[in-house]
Amino acid sequence: MDRDKNLDTYQEFVKGIWRDNPVFVQVLGMCPMLAVTNSAINALVMGGATLFVLMGSSFLVAAFKKWIPKQVRISLYIIIIATFVTVADYTLLALLPGVHKELGAFIPLIVANCMILGRQEAFASRHGVRFAMMDAAGMSLGFVLALFSLGSIREILGNGSLFNIPLFGETFEPWVIMILPPGGFITLGLILLFFNWVAARKKAFLEQVVQAERESL
Amino acid sequence: MNPQVELPVTNEPGSARLALSVALAGLISGIAIIGIYEATLPTITANKARLLREAVFKVLPGVSRMQQLGFVDGSLKPMGEDDEAVDEDLTLYGGYDTDGRFIGYAIPSDGPGFQDTISLLYGYLPGKGRVVGMEILDSRETPGLGDKIYKDAVFVANFSNLVADPEIVTVKKGTRSAPNEVDAITGATISSKAVVRIINEGQARWRDKLPAPGQEPPLPDPAETPAATAGSD
Repeated sequence: MDRDKNLDTYQEFVKGIWRDNPVFVQVLGMCPMLAVTNSAINALVMGGATLFVLMGSSFLVAAFKKWIPKQVRISLYIIIIATFVTVADYTLLALLPGVHKELGAFIPLIVANCMILGRQEAFASRHGVRFAMMDAAGMSLGFVLALFSLGSIREILGNGSLFNIPLFGETFEPWVIMILPPGGFITLGLILLFFNWVAARKKAFLEQVVQAERESL
Repeated sequence: MNPQVELPVTNEPGSARLALSVALAGLISGIAIIGIYEATLPTITANKARLLREAVFKVLPGVSRMQQLGFVDGSLKPMGEDDEAVDEDLTLYGGYDTDGRFIGYAIPSDGPGFQDTISLLYGYLPGKGRVVGMEILDSRETPGLGDKIYKDAVFVANFSNLVADPEIVTVKKGTRSAPNEVDAITGATISSKAVVRIINEGQARWRDKLPAPGQEPPLPDPAETPAATAGSD
């Protein structure tokens, strides 16, 4: 595939984790991001389900892209995504009924996660299976990482525990607001601030390097 | 738009092919969904039955066997696996000890909570007129506040020896003084009151239907209904 010539497998994988992180950089998938990250385990299971759906859909879309007519591609992507979501929904209900109960409606709502449809339209439908899988793996790991960092921060501060293991002993007064919806917005806002600050610092540093090189020539 | 740009349209697939590809995808998707449904259904059903059995044993201390009972034709009758004609509001669970002696009822009840329906199971000893346990089966109360109705051991302990007649009353935390009063949870008053109201509604529904103490339906012969007894996993 000509279009894949300039791609590097490793780069396609890591870009989703940091440079193009779906949550912190692209700000996609906000609905599960804010709704289910009140504990680390919920965040991890949600991230795992999303990883399964994105990898599965990207594989099918990349493998069958020749047979997917352009006019109905979005409908077909949605059918593929919805099928994987239903599989994930029933599997979780059978294997982890407790967590499934807490995640509730947000598992079926993975269908509406624009990160997943976005990857099909922007990447999987234009590239080979190998790169599509790398892209899907990187993007979903970036998503898992984002959910997990938000979920663990909120659980530690809001409940004084991580994975339901108490961390601070009896005297700790939990910041209940952190596991309520406002806590999600506050934490996400602070993390986005941090990401943008790092990106700005990196850009300034690179400019300095370029300038220094130019002066030394 | 320039008509010359649109020329390639003639080479594009017709409506029939588009419809066919969507129909085919739908068919494959349907088969996949039926497959996963059939594959997981036994586990899901078993999980639900196990959770219910655990809840019955929790709300009725000392119980080791249970039997679903339905209110049919004016009296309580044991229900088999296949009897589904009885309204769910008119079924409860009888708890028996290892010798098959009746101990108490585990009564399911539900009603609106703060955010969504709360469904719970409570243990009731008809001889003493007391509630001896309460377990939340399903709820979507606020994490950190309303979910204390099942996470806060102090609140749950309110229901371990509670006079249920004529009515259970919610009082402000720390002011419980009578045997029919429940200390509400600070910050989750609506959820606490909802739990008490749901139990009161369950009591009101069953008050005239339960047989006189001592007349409870006996445990059917376990040899005939093995699925109804404990430890039949």
